[in-house]
Amino acid sequence: MAHGQEHEHAHQAVPSDPALRVKALESLLVEKGLVDPAALDVLVDRFENKVGPRDGARVVARAWVDPDYKRRLLADAPSAMAELGYTGGQGEHMLVMENGPKVHNLVVCTLCSCYPWAVLGLPPVWYKSAAYRSRAVIDPRGILREFGTQVGEDVEVHVWDSTAELRYIVLPERPPGTENLSEAELAALVTRDAMVGVAKVPGPAEKAAGEKA
Amino acid sequence: MNGVHDMGGLQDMGPVQYEKNEPVFHAAWEGRIYGIDRALRSIGKWNLDAWRHQIELLPPAEYFRLTYYERWLEINGQLAVKHGLVTQRELATGAPDPGSAKAAPAFTAAVAAERLGRGIPSSHDPTVPPQFKVGERVRARNLNPTGHTRLPRYVRGKAGIVTIDHGVYVFPDTHAHFQGEKRQHVYSVRFTARELWGADSSARDAVQLDLVHVDLWDDYLEHA
Repeated sequence: MAHGQEHEHAHQAVPSDPALRVKALESLLVEKGLVDPAALDVLVDRFENKVGPRDGARVVARAWVDPDYKRRLLADAPSAMAELGYTGGQGEHMLVMENGPKVHNLVVCTLCSCYPWAVLGLPPVWYKSAAYRSRAVIDPRGILREFGTQVGEDVEVHVWDSTAELRYIVLPERPPGTENLSEAELAALVTRDAMVGVAKVPGPAEKAAGEKA
Repeated sequence: MNGVHDMGGLQDMGPVQYEKNEPVFHAAWEGRIYGIDRALRSIGKWNLDAWRHQIELLPPAEYFRLTYYERWLEINGQLAVKHGLVTQRELATGAPDPGSAKAAPAFTAAVAAERLGRGIPSSHDPTVPPQFKVGERVRARNLNPTGHTRLPRYVRGKAGIVTIDHGVYVFPDTHAHFQGEKRQHVYSVRFTARELWGADSSARDAVQLDLVHVDLWDDYLEHA
């Protein structure tokens, strides 16, 4: 702790604003040849533009339309995701948990912020918040209510706490009224929140209503 | 260590604050520190477990005051100094010490792009036998190590059932302190909400049906 305080006092030259401090740190590390700014550009671009919940949604939609794929996905998620080209970090040891009429799954990391980066991208702030991390394991139904998610009293709620290097994603239920939709149309319905398990996938009518609101 | 990061089961932390259409990074600096973090870690002076422990070592009030990426900023400076990549003076001034060596960055754009496309290999290792079997009843040991651990407080002393053997992983409690990988099996252990939080659960409906699955290493478990 004393070390931390010294550290603060010693920093007359570097301002406290995180934006300026990060800039100073980056320029120091670049000058010392420890960091290549172009590598940082690649990382930022990947998570801002290339990887995200749309990837997980493609996996879910494929599982909904292709029972064989779903079987492979539930048995060996990393291989099944690799079939669709998803092989990146924090997805090596992925497990898929299937929701059903009597089972609802919810994912949390109570100790830090573990999240399936490879198919959902980086986690939202709420997932990393004390409010979510503390309550998901003791009051999952309270969390679900806050998200407006109805789960019946006869439904088992399974909470998956990501305490090791396994990463969890929820395979939500396919909403009714989607029998005639294409795989791409189905993927467009699947939300990040549904794959974390705090929400269900809205049907086409609900989605349209939600977008207007 | 029994730190504030171990949040499972804490109460009164308020409602979940949800941001609609949340951006990946809320400001450019968040993306830059994300990248700096990955680049520095790739140098190999510290591992992911040591990284997590450094966050846990933030003073509790700081841990709560700082935003997620502000924590990353703090600990990257701390780790870089601790492991000799930069000096405290360089961190304070933002400029290299006179005459300091200049390296050539190994984590280039090409390396970054290549590494992002693949994960770490799977953890199948037949030379490490499992200590527990799927279906077996186990109890999480009542351990309170002062260093890093991934055994959350809310399961200590509680009994559950092994449902999945995930294979062999390095042991965070030693790995975070550079005391070896101590590879061992990790299991998904299923606890009932009733076991974890008690039968008198007037505040929690349907608690009898609810289950919490926690991934635990051999060394965290005993036969029950």
